[in-house]
Amino acid sequence: MVEEIIIAGFGGQGVMIMGQLLSYAGMHEGKNVSWIPSYGPEMRGGTANCSVVISDEQIGSPIVAEPTTAIVMNRPSLDRFEPAVRPGGLLIYNSSLIDRAPERTDIRVIAVPANELALELGSDKVANMVVLGAYLKATGAVSEQAVRDCLSEVLPARRRELIPLNVKALARGAGLVS
Amino acid sequence: MAGRKLFKGNEAVAEAAVRAGCRYFFGYPITPQNEIPEYMSRRLPEVGGAFVQAESEVAAINMVYGAAGTGARVMTSSSSPGISLKQEGISYIAGADLPCLIVNMVRGGPGLGGIAPAQSDYFQATRGGGHGDYHLIVYAPASVQEMVDLTLGAYDVAERYRMPVMILGDGVLGQMMEPVSFPDQMAPDRPAPEWATRGARDGRTPRLINSIYLKPEELYKHNLDMAERFEKASANEVRYEEVLADDAELLLVAYGTTSRVCRAAIEKLRERGIKAGLFRPITVSPFPYDALSKRAKSAKAVLTVEMSMGQLVDDVKIAVAGAAPVHFFGTTGGVIPKASDIAEYAAGIVGEEVR
Amino acid sequence: MKQVYSVPKSLRPVSTHYCPGCTHGIIHKLVAETIDELGVRDRAIGVASVGCSVFSYDYFDCDFQQAAHGRAPAVATGIRRTVPDAVVFTYQGDGDLASIGTAEIVHAAMRSENITVVFVNNAIYGMTGGQMAPTTMVGQRTTTSPEGRIKGLAGEPIRVSEMLATIPGATYVARVSTTSPAHIAKAKRAIKKAFEVQLAGGGFSLVECLSTCPTNWGMSPVEAMEWVDKNMIPYYPLGEFRTPEGGQTNG
Repeated sequence: MVEEIIIAGFGGQGVMIMGQLLSYAGMHEGKNVSWIPSYGPEMRGGTANCSVVISDEQIGSPIVAEPTTAIVMNRPSLDRFEPAVRPGGLLIYNSSLIDRAPERTDIRVIAVPANELALELGSDKVANMVVLGAYLKATGAVSEQAVRDCLSEVLPARRRELIPLNVKALARGAGLVS
Repeated sequence: MAGRKLFKGNEAVAEAAVRAGCRYFFGYPITPQNEIPEYMSRRLPEVGGAFVQAESEVAAINMVYGAAGTGARVMTSSSSPGISLKQEGISYIAGADLPCLIVNMVRGGPGLGGIAPAQSDYFQATRGGGHGDYHLIVYAPASVQEMVDLTLGAYDVAERYRMPVMILGDGVLGQMMEPVSFPDQMAPDRPAPEWATRGARDGRTPRLINSIYLKPEELYKHNLDMAERFEKASANEVRYEEVLADDAELLLVAYGTTSRVCRAAIEKLRERGIKAGLFRPITVSPFPYDALSKRAKSAKAVLTVEMSMGQLVDDVKIAVAGAAPVHFFGTTGGVIPKASDIAEYAAGIVGEEVR
Repeated sequence: MKQVYSVPKSLRPVSTHYCPGCTHGIIHKLVAETIDELGVRDRAIGVASVGCSVFSYDYFDCDFQQAAHGRAPAVATGIRRTVPDAVVFTYQGDGDLASIGTAEIVHAAMRSENITVVFVNNAIYGMTGGQMAPTTMVGQRTTTSPEGRIKGLAGEPIRVSEMLATIPGATYVARVSTTSPAHIAKAKRAIKKAFEVQLAGGGFSLVECLSTCPTNWGMSPVEAMEWVDKNMIPYYPLGEFRTPEGGQTNG
């Protein structure tokens, strides 16, 4: 199994944390993982993205050009990464903030109204976790339990009281995927 | 070894240096290596060391000179434009036979260039970099764990040959997170070397740390001595890795981040029935000329892949010495080559030369 | 018979390469006497700079490091941080400290590095053959100011002590002269005070020593001494610009 994922969105949408959670969870499950952020001026306000590779084998290239999955949290990210997804791959998009449907027909597409669902749970800060839950259910790349176990490791101390809410958000996202 | 932790390359190289006995860091901020000074500023005081944010890269490397001259295990890090500024001090450190650790997380150049990963400082790193007749020992890791492992041994090597060791990374290696494990134990304390200037105590003769030899015969002798030490390092410290090279008709040569992309390209090529392999220098100075020379004899063509307009390719040509045609695929300016593009280019070569 | 004079133990019994009439020898002796009197030769680490004093390590009988041009304060910082009980001093000329090394000296003072800087100002580049220095007087002829330093082209000379005295971390800053026995006695007191500040952990100290360069000035040693008194001291006033106690005695 090799999962090559690109996660992209606005700075502040928590895309880096999503990638780190996946990486930690993969590592704890004994898999090989790598995480690379986009860095530089994009860190402030613009679009941010990270690449994650989760593999049973030694990871060749940690650089993801043709992702098996693209997770896009905003419109510019959809525009940029939809064409890159490998044929037969997966595209998960945040339909709360993206005003167009993906055009590709050779990939699986999952729409997640992440902000609405997160607000229903109590805070749109966990929109990223709703999307991540959907991803985990759709691919089984790592288990939801492994991600739950990593929350305290990855979330900054000031966010730890939000762990129960994050757990709920993961489950809510997973529930969207059949 | 303790359990694995997910570490950013920049923080991993810093922690590895601390485990290897580094207690002093002198640096200046520059993207994409800022996590190194940031990490050291909080880590070194915990282990009784010191961190100084210098007024410039020039000052930082000269602080390294002073500290290395006292026999301390000392480090600086920067990225391309900052490493250019440090070249004055690197030449003096080499000229004064001082060991130290220098990390270069390379970004695109020349000039201010960009902040995206590049390999365009290869010439600078492998040819000394500053003025004068000297070499550094330069490691080019391809993963965060390898960067840790090489850093753990870097001071021993630097002290054995009395020359600076450089870790030649790039923006990807610095920013990437991968699982790593560190040794549980810190490197043991060691006595100050017999050349260190720490005060002429207990009646010993005063010592001098110096790189000036005004008499040509003396400088000649000094440079010969430096060359001999580098020769010894060439005999003992050369490292490389080969991947699917035994039956490779097309041999890719790449280091660092690019070598990782080449692994993916080789997989694609093998899937298409093309016998491709990889030769990866781990020390780029001294360069594994002999090993590559041997390997090239069994290949029908060699393809150098690097993130520059062609620097590593010169060493590859020296090693291959006409035994096989040497091709070149480069990206520059901070663009990382795609495995599919490399594979496509490689397949084209195979069409011409291998079949 | 009572011995009333001896060569300082911290100086080696060798003759120097300095030109006749140059005051480097005097300043070397004052530094060496200070090291002797404070009993710190075995933990003194000097940093030589680039210029005429490049070989000062051949004359001081203690550990030394030779620094790149202007970088002595950075090298001294590296030493300072690694050997806590060392007595660290730099010996720098005006081309080294006041031109190429301005960033290093300013920031060593800003950090209040616990080092002592002996700064020799003779208003010219000596070793390279008498070129204009940042400290060269307006109108002074040098090999790169053949008509004399022109204010409109090269500006006016930099007053290092006054500049450094504006920095909070500069604990002790003084300017002295070496042109008469009285001046030399005062210079000795300033140099010793600077080292004492360091020994007390007081931070950055610097003594600027006005000096001569008869060879490149084209004067006899006596004329050169008189030239310092007549031309340099009025522009570069002597005195203490910063002291640990906060007082000033210049002007």
